Amino acid sequence: MVKLLAKSPVEGLVPLEINGLTLTESGLGPVTSVAPYAGQEAAASGALKALIGAEMPSPNRSTGREGARVIWTGAGQAMVVGADVDASLAQHAALTDQSDAWVTFRLQGQGVEDVLARLTPLDLNPGVFKTGHAARSQLGHMNAVFLKVAADAFEIMIFRSMARTAVHEFEIAMKAVAARAALS
Amino acid sequence: MRIKCPLCGDRDSREFTPMGHETYMNRPDDEGWSPAWDNYLHLRDNPAGVTRELWYHGAGCTSWLRVERDTVTHDILRVELASDAKRGNA
Repeated sequence: MVKLLAKSPVEGLVPLEINGLTLTESGLGPVTSVAPYAGQEAAASGALKALIGAEMPSPNRSTGREGARVIWTGAGQAMVVGADVDASLAQHAALTDQSDAWVTFRLQGQGVEDVLARLTPLDLNPGVFKTGHAARSQLGHMNAVFLKVAADAFEIMIFRSMARTAVHEFEIAMKAVAARAALS
Repeated sequence: MRIKCPLCGDRDSREFTPMGHETYMNRPDDEGWSPAWDNYLHLRDNPAGVTRELWYHGAGCTSWLRVERDTVTHDILRVELASDAKRGNA
């Protein structure tokens, strides 16, 4: 039997460190899409809470903590990351294993919003977008999920097939912010 | 131009795709050909003023939205989920 080696989608591309900002891969573990059936939203949320200790988040929010997080990713859908989802939840919601479909970056450091401001139209002002907030938007021309995990850190989920492009976009933005900082 | 998505909040227009007039929400009941289908597929007004359109929030929550806007001033007057609007009409 052929043994396949697991390979990170950003093998050899990260970590990057530019002027105090770091870009790393955040190994989230399993990623499962949970989409409650019509009328089953409350039941799905309750069952999820019983299984992993975090309920379904409201729009633009996340619940739980690192290792068992639920991130809102669109109308009627959330992603459970870091924890396996028991198949019993399937009676209330459509479940899809998406573990290998995503690459998750962690961008951290002072002025992280300045880098992201060059890449996404989201308003990431700390007074507006707070720790635990989540949003679906674009990073460059790629669809992305943004999650603020700390005062100076974001996790950004991108489709795995676009990992190299995403690193390229991050690097250019990080360098541009660093160059501008060097001028002032 | 910015659109205030009922789920995501105030977002940039690059996240949205316009589909056309809200006529597309009201598919004719009959399955055969009729003037109602001609109207549904082809006949549109071109108002200078307030109109209602369907927009898709593809880079956000992936909801279809019904957007009421003014084609002269580009003001966005009202935004609602198309699913809510459809239920309201039924």
